[in-house]
Amino acid sequence: MLSLRGLTRRFGGLTAVDAIDLDLPKGELISIIGPNGAGKTTLFNLVTGLDRPDAGTVHFEGQDVTGLSPERLAAEGIARTFQLGRVFGNLSVMDNVLIGAHTRLRAVKPAVPVIGPLLELGLALLRPAGVRDEEERLREEVKAILARFGERLLPRIDQPAYSLSYANRRRVEIARALALRPRLLLLDEPTAGMNPTETAEMQALVAELKAEGLTILLIEHKLEMVMRLSDRVIVMDEGKKIAEGPGEEVRNDPKVIEAYLGHGLSGTPELESAV
Amino acid sequence: MSSWLDYTINGLIVGNVYALVAVGLALIFGVSRLINFAQGSIYLVGAYIGWVAVVQLHTPLPLTIIVVAVAAAIVGLIIERFGLRPLQNSVRIAPLLATIGISFVLDQLVMLTFSPNPRALPSQLPDVRFQVGGGTIGPLDLLIAGVGLTSALLLFVFLRYSKLGWAVRAASQDRDAAMQMGVDVNRVNQAVFGIAAALGGVSGMLVGMYYNQIDTAMSLQATLKGVVAEVVGGAGNVPGAVIGSLLLGLVESYGVAVFGTSYRNLFAFLLLVVVLVLRPNGLFASARQAPPEPLTGTFIAPSRPVRIPRWALLVAAAIFAILPLFPVSFYVLQTLINAWLLGMLALSLTLVAGSVGQVSLGHAALLAIGAYTSALLSLNFSVPVGFAIICGGLMSAALGTALISPSFRLRGHYVSIATLAIGEIVSLVILNWESVTRGPIGISGIPPLSLFGYDLISPNSIYWFSFVVMVVLALLQGRLLGSHLGRSFRAIRDDDIAARAYGLSLNRYKSLAFIFGGFAAGVSGGIAAHLYSYINHETFNTQQSILALTVVILGGLGNVVGAIVGAVALVGLPEVFRIAAEYRILIYGIVLLLLVRFRPQGLLGTM
Ligand SMILES: Nc1ncnc2c1ncn2[C@@H]1O[C@H](COP(=O)(O)OP(=O)(O)O)[C@@H](O)[C@H]1O
Ligand SMILES: [Mg+2]
Repeated sequence: MLSLRGLTRRFGGLTAVDAIDLDLPKGELISIIGPNGAGKTTLFNLVTGLDRPDAGTVHFEGQDVTGLSPERLAAEGIARTFQLGRVFGNLSVMDNVLIGAHTRLRAVKPAVPVIGPLLELGLALLRPAGVRDEEERLREEVKAILARFGERLLPRIDQPAYSLSYANRRRVEIARALALRPRLLLLDEPTAGMNPTETAEMQALVAELKAEGLTILLIEHKLEMVMRLSDRVIVMDEGKKIAEGPGEEVRNDPKVIEAYLGHGLSGTPELESAV
Repeated sequence: MSSWLDYTINGLIVGNVYALVAVGLALIFGVSRLINFAQGSIYLVGAYIGWVAVVQLHTPLPLTIIVVAVAAAIVGLIIERFGLRPLQNSVRIAPLLATIGISFVLDQLVMLTFSPNPRALPSQLPDVRFQVGGGTIGPLDLLIAGVGLTSALLLFVFLRYSKLGWAVRAASQDRDAAMQMGVDVNRVNQAVFGIAAALGGVSGMLVGMYYNQIDTAMSLQATLKGVVAEVVGGAGNVPGAVIGSLLLGLVESYGVAVFGTSYRNLFAFLLLVVVLVLRPNGLFASARQAPPEPLTGTFIAPSRPVRIPRWALLVAAAIFAILPLFPVSFYVLQTLINAWLLGMLALSLTLVAGSVGQVSLGHAALLAIGAYTSALLSLNFSVPVGFAIICGGLMSAALGTALISPSFRLRGHYVSIATLAIGEIVSLVILNWESVTRGPIGISGIPPLSLFGYDLISPNSIYWFSFVVMVVLALLQGRLLGSHLGRSFRAIRDDDIAARAYGLSLNRYKSLAFIFGGFAAGVSGGIAAHLYSYINHETFNTQQSILALTVVILGGLGNVVGAIVGAVALVGLPEVFRIAAEYRILIYGIVLLLLVRFRPQGLLGTM
């Protein structure tokens, strides 16, 4: 489904992502772990088109999508969350998640070349029945997505995102990604900053998504969660892939232990107990 | 051939002057990612302090330079301490707006103190010229070159060998890392603003001497030129700013040589637009820049907008609709007509600056396009006025969007520069395209407002016409913002990276906002043209753009009702308090500053 070959990104003298190969089959979940600064987020940026590789290719569903714009990749069904949480602060929870469904708008965005945008403007102002129905359906769908988070988000559906707690903003991000109906979902440290209860909830949700057949690429520091969920684990350090395999195997790989120890376990307290 | 050498020398000298401004801008941008729109005002202040020193105190030249540098530096320090430092933790738009407000206040203070009339600023240097090759060079040229080189050397030594200079460099490389290493950011900002202001002030004085004339219009020009040079060199890049300045000086000088003086600025702004389009990171940027790190905080002040119940809006609209039926004076109606026209412009700007986050500083250009289109259509082709106004709106929508579209890929402060430059370009084209626009003479005898063959001449009918048009535009905009476009616009404003990752094309939605907003502004300009019956290239100027911005911030960015309330307040209150016209701009500047500082969400809240 997703396959990366020799993917490389340099920032000045630093090679943030160094010739990474990766194959993610449909329906599987691969976790990427590694110390801070290993290049995991940069790898996500390359896959989602927010950054362009200096070398290497990205294939999605057999198609070469290297260097395509993020807009195009979103339309192809790739959705992601951001490590630091990038919700639209002044938009309500509802609107944030509706933005996730943007690529699926049809009635209001007729695929007519050149005058398409003007039609979109006209339809938005006139709002014929088709457009209203589409919007109504999406709103119902958003409520269904939010219901997956129990009572965390539904009661706050009309509140602006800036007023939410950190954990809730992370949830809104995931809800937004789900509204895209992704074929591939990239989660960048979805449990960062969450307490154990919240982490457990998040883990259950990701497990559920996986069980539903979603293909997932996960960056996560919490090893417990990684071990539970992953079909395979990839370990990155200084841009390179230093180990790959089933969780247990990787966990005991001397190179991995060395990489973490070499970095003084910085930023990854969970690993301390793990290794 | 000799004249070419002269033009080259002239270009390099002027470039040297620009460099003094641009280096300051680059230093400030480097450490605080802020384009200091007040830089030109400091330059203006420097020129007038120079005038006071030379003409009234008769100081010798070296002392004059020192006085100007020190006085300007003090102004810079005051701006940093009281204008910007309090905004350190506020939303991204705040410091930008603050420097715009400061710039207006400073310019107006200078104007009120010294009158807007130009003054001579003698250079005190002997009036001789030396033959150099085929051209000539005077002592003032040498002085400017000398000041430029000395400043560059001093700056180099400071940045390279002093502890504070090291801190400045560290902060401009990575502000957060520098802070963690114990760099005192306030001290760095102080240093940078002090230096930038000293350089800018001296530059203003030198330019005054070079042309032996100073006037208050210098300020905006200097900001624009400095920014052009800085952007050409790569924002925040100090050596780049110097090279960009010299390049700008040469381009202008050769442009003037070939096409004539009135084209000088046009070349500067075209250079800016070309660089922004082709190399938005400047000519010397290291290849393609990585996307910036996630920004914390939002662009506009988060707030819960004041919800005004529908019935209250209806009542207010009804009161204003029947107002002319009561015995109100012509003066009141006139004031409110102005408010409705400004309200339409504010609707446009609140959409563009508030909803999509593109803080346009050239919005008056949209008025001008609408006004000229409507006036020319009705005069030259006898198009009925009502239809001509709609054509004016459509032309503003189309042309305005086309002109601004190269800058859609820019972010934050760059958009403001680009729109400011495009506004200037529009005004310069109107000035120079005589065969169509009648150039500096302007267009007179524009037919009065009329609708379906009936002339609208009575104050009541004009009042109703403008009120109804504004209300219709407001309703349409409200409907637009309630659709998926509204949330798309606001999502792009809040986080354009996340928006792109979810499939929102920035070009498409920014275009749509400018198309809709351009129409409203164009209609406002069209109506104004038929009301005034005479327009020229200065009828719609930057002051109006800034006034509209103040209105929009007063009402609450993105807030439709707020835009109208703000327009009524800013047009009406000075009338109520009978504030003399000269002081109004000053008041608007102060209002802008106070709002940014104390109520960034405006009266009715940002949306
Ligand atoms: N836009 C950028 N410009 C320069 N360097 C960057 C940029 N983004 C990331 N880096 C660097 O690339 C390396 C990898 O960063 P990142 O991908 O964020 O790591 P991780 O997500 O594994 O913690 C780090 O050293 C970081 O400083
Ligand atoms: Mg990361």
